[in-house]
Amino acid sequence: MAKITYVEFNGKEHVVDVKTGLSVMEGAVKNNIPGIDADCGGACACATCHVYVDQAWVGKTGSQSAMEESMLDFAENVEPNSRLSCQIKVSDDLDGLVVRMPQSQH
Amino acid sequence: MSEPGAGVVIVGGGHAGGSAAAFLRQYEYQGAITIIGEEPIAPYQRPPLSKAWLKGEADAESLALKSEDFYAESHIDLRLSTTAFSIDRAAKTVMLEGGETVPYDVLILATGARARRLTLPGSDLEGVQVLRTAADAEVLKLALGPGKRLAVIGGGYIGLEAAASGRALGADVAVIEAQPRILARSSCELLSSFFTDYHRARGVTFELGAVIEGFVGEAGHVTGVKLADGRVIACDDAVVGIGIIPNDELARDAGLACANGIVVDLESRTDDPAVFAIGDVTNRPMPLYERRDRLESVANALEQAKQAAAAIAGHPAPPLEVTWNWSDQYDIKLQLAGLSVDSDEILVRGDPATARFAVFHLKGDVIRAVEAINAPAEFMAGKQLIGSQKRVDRAKLADTTVSMKLVAAG
Repeated sequence: MAKITYVEFNGKEHVVDVKTGLSVMEGAVKNNIPGIDADCGGACACATCHVYVDQAWVGKTGSQSAMEESMLDFAENVEPNSRLSCQIKVSDDLDGLVVRMPQSQH
Repeated sequence: MSEPGAGVVIVGGGHAGGSAAAFLRQYEYQGAITIIGEEPIAPYQRPPLSKAWLKGEADAESLALKSEDFYAESHIDLRLSTTAFSIDRAAKTVMLEGGETVPYDVLILATGARARRLTLPGSDLEGVQVLRTAADAEVLKLALGPGKRLAVIGGGYIGLEAAASGRALGADVAVIEAQPRILARSSCELLSSFFTDYHRARGVTFELGAVIEGFVGEAGHVTGVKLADGRVIACDDAVVGIGIIPNDELARDAGLACANGIVVDLESRTDDPAVFAIGDVTNRPMPLYERRDRLESVANALEQAKQAAAAIAGHPAPPLEVTWNWSDQYDIKLQLAGLSVDSDEILVRGDPATARFAVFHLKGDVIRAVEAINAPAEFMAGKQLIGSQKRVDRAKLADTTVSMKLVAAG
């Protein structure tokens, strides 16, 4: 279990407990947090779960796969700390993680 | 949270219906929301049923669209194992099987589609099944395993995904297709032959251009598929994937306009302003292609769920999306965008022999559709170019040494 803070583009914060083994995307979608669409449900097929990982957590959330990198390449407003949240698996090590949403996923 | 009044009633508890309820709350709709769902479980994702879930890589919890507490916490009345029988549009009520009437201010029909079934001799044998619901998938999963023989009737995406998942679980798989090639309805010949070869190399056998006479069985259970040429393809389970039929009867009986699905506009509104329809059951405008179509995809279900929820909640309309879909088979990720209905040329980027290539469907210099195999950049750029209708340089598009970023930049 990890406490994750999701920050909407407008600054609104949502703090939820997400089970180990789920993805950061699933933690948002299952709790109906606006701003992460995740059309494909986590198949790394759509790039609609784009988040910015808080700088303090960049080292702990792993790195982009080649597939993820190619998908993100064409997302809007990509930054060095951009990730597809379906590709970040939640573990106890991520307790306290903060991610921010982009203005839009499309 | 709820204001007095009947609020929104959503008939259908699938991906579209569940998402519409969720978007209504995201858009701060304050009224009552009721979901009437036939299945015994809360809204869930269907795509994994033939992919990750079937292979055992996803559990029931991950299938669920929302957390268990979501509906109660969001004041959404989720009525499962409940079937809507009829709609009285004048009285604004839905009558349930059993006679109870449920009033609505706004109705959303998200009744989805059902798998087309065969009505050949033996079709009712145990082990002859479709793959549409979680219950169907449970049955299929039990039938797969090392040494088990699976017959797949229909070489469409569902059938091919079931075939790939069956192989992953060690089953022997035969695909039986009536057309001379698989994916005949949805894809170009190059893609058909690519997938045929890819499956064959992984042990799947194909019967193409095959006419099925029926199923044979023993003690009430299927043991084989009988072909018109007299051969019997032996099997322990036969999964029939030959398309889906929109569940538009409720709408039809209520006098709503239907034509291969419930006719809706770009707000997902039917010809009754108090009734919306979303997902697989709709026949919707496709402005990019100047036509109407019935789309069978999660992307469409979500787009229309947003359109309806936005219109109802007074939220800004979502941007129009380019239709897209995906399929997972073995280590292949196929991503599709657009429609090839009016294209006049096919352009291939990359070498199919490397299992990393894309097929672009062009109308003049404009991309109308893309089929990308393990080629996410081609998919993403292609989808954006389809939406913008920007002209592309075909020589650059065909040249893999020119990045898709540069192709897209023109």
